[in-house]
Amino acid sequence: MSGENSAYGPVKRKEDARFIRGKGQFVDDIRLPGMLHGAILRSPLAHARIVSVDTEAAQAHPKVRAVLTGQTLEDFKLAWMPTLSRDVQAVLATDKVRFQGQEVAFVVAEDRYSARDALELIHVEYEPLPVVIDARQALDPGAPLIRDDRAGQQDNHIFDWSAGDQAATDAVFAAADVVVAQDMLYPRSHPAPLETCGAVADMDTLSGKLTVWSTTQAPHAHRTMYALVAGLPEHKIRIISPDIGGGFGNKVPVYPGYLCAIVGSMVTGQPVKWVEDRSENLMSTTFARDYHMHGEIAATADGRILGVRARVLADHGAFNGSAQPTKFPAGFFHIFTGSYDLQAAYCEVTGVYTNKAPGGVAYACSFRITEAVYLVERLVDLLACELDLDPAELRMKNLLRPEQFPYTCPTGWEYDSGDYPRALQVALDIAGYADLRREQAEKRERGEYMGIGLSFFTEGVGAGPRKHMDILGLGMADGADLRVFPTGKAVLAISCQTQGQGHETTFAQIVAQELGMSPDDIEVVHGDTDRTPFGLGTYGSRSTPVSGAAAAVVARKVRERARIVAAAMLEASPDDLEWAGGSWRVRGDPDQSRTIAEIAMAAHSALDLPDGVDGHLDAETVYNPPNLTYPFGAYICVTDVDPGTGQVQVRRFIAVDDCGVQINPMIVEGQVHGGLADGVGMALMQVIAFDTAGNCLGGSFMDYLLPTSVECPSWELGATVTPSPHHPIGAKGIGEAATVGSPPAVVNSVLDALRPFGVRHADMPLTPSTVWCAIQGRPVRADLAVL
Amino acid sequence: MQITMNVNGADYAREVEPRLLLIHFLRDHLGLTGSHWGCDTSNCGACVVWLDETPVKSCTVLAAMADGRRVRTVEGLARGGVLDPVQQGFVECHGLQCGFCTPGMMLTARWLLDHHPDPSPEQIREALSGQVCRCTGYENIVRSVLWAKHAEDAGA
Repeated sequence: MSGENSAYGPVKRKEDARFIRGKGQFVDDIRLPGMLHGAILRSPLAHARIVSVDTEAAQAHPKVRAVLTGQTLEDFKLAWMPTLSRDVQAVLATDKVRFQGQEVAFVVAEDRYSARDALELIHVEYEPLPVVIDARQALDPGAPLIRDDRAGQQDNHIFDWSAGDQAATDAVFAAADVVVAQDMLYPRSHPAPLETCGAVADMDTLSGKLTVWSTTQAPHAHRTMYALVAGLPEHKIRIISPDIGGGFGNKVPVYPGYLCAIVGSMVTGQPVKWVEDRSENLMSTTFARDYHMHGEIAATADGRILGVRARVLADHGAFNGSAQPTKFPAGFFHIFTGSYDLQAAYCEVTGVYTNKAPGGVAYACSFRITEAVYLVERLVDLLACELDLDPAELRMKNLLRPEQFPYTCPTGWEYDSGDYPRALQVALDIAGYADLRREQAEKRERGEYMGIGLSFFTEGVGAGPRKHMDILGLGMADGADLRVFPTGKAVLAISCQTQGQGHETTFAQIVAQELGMSPDDIEVVHGDTDRTPFGLGTYGSRSTPVSGAAAAVVARKVRERARIVAAAMLEASPDDLEWAGGSWRVRGDPDQSRTIAEIAMAAHSALDLPDGVDGHLDAETVYNPPNLTYPFGAYICVTDVDPGTGQVQVRRFIAVDDCGVQINPMIVEGQVHGGLADGVGMALMQVIAFDTAGNCLGGSFMDYLLPTSVECPSWELGATVTPSPHHPIGAKGIGEAATVGSPPAVVNSVLDALRPFGVRHADMPLTPSTVWCAIQGRPVRADLAVL
Repeated sequence: MQITMNVNGADYAREVEPRLLLIHFLRDHLGLTGSHWGCDTSNCGACVVWLDETPVKSCTVLAAMADGRRVRTVEGLARGGVLDPVQQGFVECHGLQCGFCTPGMMLTARWLLDHHPDPSPEQIREALSGQVCRCTGYENIVRSVLWAKHAEDAGA
């Protein structure tokens, strides 16, 4: 058909017009008449019994309008709230504090500064308790019990979970020529979007309508949460997710501050704004990773990989608040089978409580696939070392072959499509791999340490099929409504929203492509529960796989209605029409055609419409994905390591991604760029560490280091396109691919550089001191401030 | 205390607390919400504005320190309704995603091109290295600044 793909391409973003002028509207930009300001008093201790909370002096502050404590919230039955993992979390502490930075009291005042002043006037008496910081000590006999609020809880154990066939895996390992094992830590990090979390809550006491502008990636799910938690009628709650300054999973959960702002508005009768500061964001909102992993890989002597197994200790912090589909307490970690043709695989994951902030699933991790890919890609490199094989050659030998798709991996995931060897070959070609190895050999002769690191990853994104996936009992489907006006312009309302991904542009392109329209003629409405259909939001790279599919499907529904109307206009049978060149035309007679705009006007007119269409072209749909989509990629990182200082410089980074059909390659490239920077940061700089007393040592950007423009190289990108066979437009998710795939490439590169020193493994982040210690043969735990 | 300030060409006089930060003065008192607050510690640069002719991090400048001086924010980048080439460059090269760091990045880029009209990619990276972007991985920001440079060369 002519005109195919005409709406796809590197279209400039609609969103940019407001942002480049400083006219975006982020939560903290919202000002309502009579708006008050909230601030949270937080625990300075990681574990302590609350003896008393004295708010008298704060209440007496002339600009303070309300002070909330755990006791106040108990009166509303809101002192505790459910988490996204069916645990509960304290909104404001009543009995104990369980991590440093936990919410203890909330002040509502006339301005931001007075609210902060009043926090200083609250006196809390604490009785300190012993802490558990290292997950590996959480289950020790005699470890302090953190969750004594839970009936029957006797220790710090949360769950045991396993996937795969243990007996079959053990048999494969027993028969293997080579088994390589390694303990590795994926340290705790934090997504740290540049905009912190916040909300403006406005309870209209007359109508009973609550409006909350909130930094949320999942406004519909939040509305349901508020209805369940606060007992508010769901139809009287409106959640608006305005412009969001980055999410990365940090803005999926409901935080105590949001609820405090809501209660603050209920008790004062005025709108209340709460916006956390950076330290609050880093110390209390959802962290990422903190997986202590033991991995093993089995192979034949000539390098045929046979099986992988893993044992994981998962640190979930003081409340189990990690956000993933209910059935999967370790997220999608069991895709640690990677991109290889294995005979068997098995993993066990144990979750524990510690005196650290809650969370775990965040930071563009595709529900723990970051940890899975890191584990298997480190193991493959270790195996290459053991067998003295080139890591590219070893991967090429074991990658799944195109004819094996759809492929069901040993832990049950059905990979939809892929051509892995092609992607790896494209990456090797861009890198000039053989030349790099020659350069490395020459440099080693001269005592210079250059590393070349590879990773190959497969993700499963687009959660998810309703029969397997829900959050809080809500199936992970997404809705879309499409209205086409008489003049042929349209409004698409979607249930996910943008935190920077550019949905206002790409979703217009999806509809434009299906209906032969210009993306400029389609307005995308998102991030407002009163104006959009229900759906679970933007995270886990699910927008394009789920909501994008909904957009295509609803547009096709409109197109089919248009066919009936066009047939009436052309005095033909609908069966005699074909969709070609962006319009319905009589088969074999291209001159007899009608565009969507012409059909839309007719549909609204006095035209005598046939059966099957009432008038108007509007349609709605809910998309329940049949499977996840499985993007993949091949990454190569070139580093130079200074053995005197341990300093690592990322010289080159080659990323070849395959996310199926690309709607907007410019935006795809931007998504990959951002994820690569995250990978460099995670591998080399970022860690939320704690001291033995439970003090958070990553509580500001002076301590929690993020990559800047000088730590990042100029990224070298390539792409292959293997369409998803089950997605309506053949697309796969791309939002998290690079964050998932890049850390092992960087780490493998650094360890490749350090090979002459006999360094086998070192845990992230590979800071200069970590690298230097590794060279000296003294591995360190960068997550604990133990020297 | 009473302060006066010229912001984007307009004069303002306001009564403020001595401890008021410049970023809060601009956002909460003047309603210029294009400048963002991101970290409190001068590390992220979301709050960068010009004080007289120099980019500063307005989260660590008191409003009182800007008394009697000129401030330029993102709202003052376009002149007479015409976008600055830097703004246009960010659109052309997909130099922004969530848009939160963008105002600060653009103000530093404008300063760079005013003082170093022919920067190399490395010099652009160095100039922006005190600012954080969590979305773009910086590559397209560098390209955006280069686009602006070429646009200015072509227009000169």
